[in-house]
Amino acid sequence: MSTVLTLLELVGLGRQFGGLVALDQVSFAVEQGEIFGLIGPNGAGKTTLFNLLSGLDQPSSGTVLWRGDTISGLPPERLNRIGIARTFQNLRLFDQLSVLETVLVALHRQPQGSPLGAVLASRSYRQAQSRLLEEAHQLLDELALAPQAERPAGTLAYGDRRRLEIARALATRPSLLLLDEPAAGMNPREKEQLAELLGALRQRHDLTLMVIEHHVPLLMQLCHRLAVLDFGRCIALGTPEQIQADPLVIKAYLGVKG
Amino acid sequence: MPMIDNGLLVQMLLGALLGLSVYLPLAAGQLSLATPAFYAIGGLVAALLSTGPLAPPMAPDGAGGQTAGLLSLGSLGLEMGLASLIVALLAIVLGQAVLRLRGIYLAIATIALVEIVRVAILNLPFTGGAQGIFGIPQPFQDPWGYVLLTVTVLALVSWCVHRLELTSLGRKMAAIRDDELAASSLGIATTRVKLIAFVASAVVAGITGVIAAHYLNTWNARQGTFDVAVTTLAFVILGGSRSWLGPVIGGLVLTALPELLRPVGDARLVVFGLVILLGPVLFPQGLITPGLLERLGAPLPRGRRPA
Repeated sequence: MSTVLTLLELVGLGRQFGGLVALDQVSFAVEQGEIFGLIGPNGAGKTTLFNLLSGLDQPSSGTVLWRGDTISGLPPERLNRIGIARTFQNLRLFDQLSVLETVLVALHRQPQGSPLGAVLASRSYRQAQSRLLEEAHQLLDELALAPQAERPAGTLAYGDRRRLEIARALATRPSLLLLDEPAAGMNPREKEQLAELLGALRQRHDLTLMVIEHHVPLLMQLCHRLAVLDFGRCIALGTPEQIQADPLVIKAYLGVKG
Repeated sequence: MPMIDNGLLVQMLLGALLGLSVYLPLAAGQLSLATPAFYAIGGLVAALLSTGPLAPPMAPDGAGGQTAGLLSLGSLGLEMGLASLIVALLAIVLGQAVLRLRGIYLAIATIALVEIVRVAILNLPFTGGAQGIFGIPQPFQDPWGYVLLTVTVLALVSWCVHRLELTSLGRKMAAIRDDELAASSLGIATTRVKLIAFVASAVVAGITGVIAAHYLNTWNARQGTFDVAVTTLAFVILGGSRSWLGPVIGGLVLTALPELLRPVGDARLVVFGLVILLGPVLFPQGLITPGLLERLGAPLPRGRRPA
């Protein structure tokens, strides 16, 4: 048996907006290499949880541990540096940048060549940039976006935009990728392809994935474990089989007869 | 038909440089109107140095008397270097504070900065008060010297900005302009990128001030005012803010226009006003748009194909 490494641990994480409790004492751990699903009715606090993990929002209480170190409260750029990248439910692409530029800008931590070299268009600068370009094209190939490389990101079809967000996040070389409804707006065929793609990306990039998704069958097929949020609380945690059989989950999704 | 003489040409080129100064923070999504403040400080540095420690020795005027000698190009370079250093340090300190503000609030804070610098230059004991500093030495005997100098500086600055747009920094600026939050989630240090753009803008304005102080021969508090902020912003809006070429064209055209319209007589300011008013209506993206550049086969901005 291989040893299980805890990558991310949430300890009593809470977030209040005034009187509204968006997240309440959420605790669970995500293991390295797993695909971890997050489901729950609208307004259950799923995106709020992603915002806390990616530094776009700060917790009111509790802590987040990353490989054992406290990371809650760090700004987004620091959290991305340590290896957390995300996509957005409502798509936040750079509309004026081309698809290729979008990936290039996310490759900003790779060697770029010196600023002086850039001004003088020196040989070493051009070499650094062509290596960068190669890496960008490779990512676009992986996400089947190569034909659109020169198009402005704002003009892409919906499914392509979702995949471009994934390509952009991957370019920052994360260990943990947070996907906020990656299949939203996709047709069943695209959803199936996406599930395959995510599995392949996880293997190739050595990723741990956390996925928010409303399309439950997709998650059941994709995830090793899931957490169910309802009114900000984690009401169930387990394998897809355990979750499907959980009476609390059935109650949250379907209500109780009565 | 009025001619563009060398005097107007220098003013047009200086206008293009100020346009680039406003454009740089805007390329990172920051509406900063601080350009006139740094322009005024650059001019002040040049005026103080060249009438003080760097003053050229008197030369015989050919009629038995003495006249002011020519300022050496080395001294001019030194002034530009020192002015750049001063405005850069000031921009770093002020930028930390004002760049926390967004959109219109940043614009208002930078207008306040322009006012503070204006009032300071008006009242400081060594700036000549309302009259300002007179008799700033000339670096050239021939007026075309200024044209040559300004063309060279504009070409250098334009080249640097053009290359910058193809680099990682240029792409980060464009990303911040489109969606700052998404940029920060990619690990881009947005505050630092905005600060770099602000400092670069200040340096361009400072160097422009140095040239302008010598060219105008005199420097006072009226050089860097709110009016300049609005005019230079118009350069970028009419020229286009998606490529460095926009503010350059905008600066050249809008500086020349009031002079070229002189034959129209008193109506010229009305015509000028109409151009400013109708420009954004007819060309909402400005004269120079990415689409236009693509049609002309020019290199695309922001490194669509990194060179």
